[in-house]
Amino acid sequence: MSGAPVSGVSPALAGDGRVQTSDSYYGLPIINEPVWTWEIPVYFFTGGLAAGSALLAPLADRSGLGELAQAARRVGAAAALASPPLLIADLGRPERFHHMLRIVRPTSPMSVGSWVLAVFVPAQLGGALLAELDILPGLRRLAESVAAALAPVMGTYTAVLFANTSVPIWHEARTELPLIFAGGSAASAGAAALLVAPVDQTEPARRFALLGGLAELVGTQLMQRRLDELAEPYQEGEASTWSHRATGLTVAGSVLLGLGRGGRGSRRGLALAGAASMLAGAMCERWAVYRAGFASARDPKYTVKPQRERIERMNGSDSG
Amino acid sequence: MSAGFTAPSATSGYDDAQPRMGFFTDTSVCIGCKACEVACKEWNDIPATLFEFSGKSYDNTVGLGADVWRHVAFIEQRVPRIQEAALSGVFTEERPGEGGEGGLADFRWLMSSDVCKHCTTASCLDVCPTGALFKTEFATVVVQEDICNGCGYCIPACPYGVIDQRKDDGRAWKCTLCYDRLKGDLEPACAKACPTDSINFGPLEAMERMAAERLDTVMAAHVPGAQLYGDGPSGGMDGVGSLFLLLDQPEVYGLPPDPVAVTKHVGQLWRAAAVAGAALVGAAVASFAGVRR
Repeated sequence: MSGAPVSGVSPALAGDGRVQTSDSYYGLPIINEPVWTWEIPVYFFTGGLAAGSALLAPLADRSGLGELAQAARRVGAAAALASPPLLIADLGRPERFHHMLRIVRPTSPMSVGSWVLAVFVPAQLGGALLAELDILPGLRRLAESVAAALAPVMGTYTAVLFANTSVPIWHEARTELPLIFAGGSAASAGAAALLVAPVDQTEPARRFALLGGLAELVGTQLMQRRLDELAEPYQEGEASTWSHRATGLTVAGSVLLGLGRGGRGSRRGLALAGAASMLAGAMCERWAVYRAGFASARDPKYTVKPQRERIERMNGSDSG
Repeated sequence: MSAGFTAPSATSGYDDAQPRMGFFTDTSVCIGCKACEVACKEWNDIPATLFEFSGKSYDNTVGLGADVWRHVAFIEQRVPRIQEAALSGVFTEERPGEGGEGGLADFRWLMSSDVCKHCTTASCLDVCPTGALFKTEFATVVVQEDICNGCGYCIPACPYGVIDQRKDDGRAWKCTLCYDRLKGDLEPACAKACPTDSINFGPLEAMERMAAERLDTVMAAHVPGAQLYGDGPSGGMDGVGSLFLLLDQPEVYGLPPDPVAVTKHVGQLWRAAAVAGAALVGAAVASFAGVRR
């Protein structure tokens, strides 16, 4: 028994290939839209910021840039501290947050993420605290190594979380979303460290932010190209506004950071403005992806179109 | 698609497993009485839904959700659409109106009672981080209300738009296929209440046979657009526990035409994340090139 008629014309894609409204149930959505509120995209930003900072701190330390390391530790600790409350506040039953740790489930990025977060946050906070108190350097380094080892997961699993849903604009962008989120992680962590650290130590942070911004911009282009018609919410409507803001802020931030090399005098001003722009761009990018998911879930044509195309392909390969 | 991957929902691991139980909803005999909706609400003690006029034919329930576990769809069709529907049905060679007795009517009602599909590879279950969703010994998918913490992941994961969050409660709710009644050897409330046997319940194998027989019957009667709906073992959900006989394409009833369990791509997803994560580390290391002092 098949989920679809095995042969016959598909009225859904007849004519110009656009999905018609008559092929839906009163235009109502097929899938239910997410119930996640603002805390989730904000956490995606803080989690990414914490992940990037967890990589910057030990690398700066090893390169003899003590003050850059300190800046990254403080930024990372603040971002790590903010993350669990955001996630818990979003739950329908916040008092049951610890139920996340009943099971381990690789098919659930939220399960993987909860476990990673449960180790990452104490490691990040512990390392920063030991550094501030300037005690137990061995333990501090261990804590920082644990946080740094988990950082690549922290910076990307949130993209897997969104992509592992039936929301077409997320699911069909599954190869590009992790790159965009990793880019945002690097862009925000580099930019934040640049804002906080003394000017003569910020060069690696500047580079990290630039590389991150580049990954965000390239990833976004690749994603929209792959999504093709499904990318519509990024081109019109509320999510498109945020997407355009994200691109504009990241481009502007990259230009300013590029000009602000060396960072003395007026150049320092350019670099700081660039860093602020990068941070805002990374946040807007998460927000754009988040909002686009709602638009994509709401219109049944986005759900039907890739499925009808799959049926057509299968029928095509059956007869040919 | 990751080969060899087994989703947790597909392997429920009961020693004393019962035969897999399921529904066959034959929409060709549904009269739209909504007895199933009422019986479901009554038995499962589901909160009332707002009394609103939707303007969508006789359907003021609108869709499945936290407080709607059976939903009766109403579709009013006139002639050009009935012809299009016929093309998607089992008579693809025979032009509608030529072979049938008396040809096509110029108007028809489609009514269909929708429900959770109780998928073999259930996306809701596979993304649930708490283990609140589980497979019963009847291979049905049920939420444990004392475990669910309202993380909301199952909601956009379901490709059928079945499960949703109850706003004033915070948890996710959906059809249990009357797990409590099944344990007591009773059929689900909706099937019990259905006056026309549009909703049939039993071992899934029997439901599959019944569906195939019914399709033959309606085919012989030249009902336009008749087709079976319900993902098979080789489909995107690896099979479902709720089968349907529809009289038009699935999307006309608000059903996805060819859904795929989200976790079918989870290997691909983690690989993409691993590449991006490695790039993140690489970018960080590269940023420090030449600055050692």
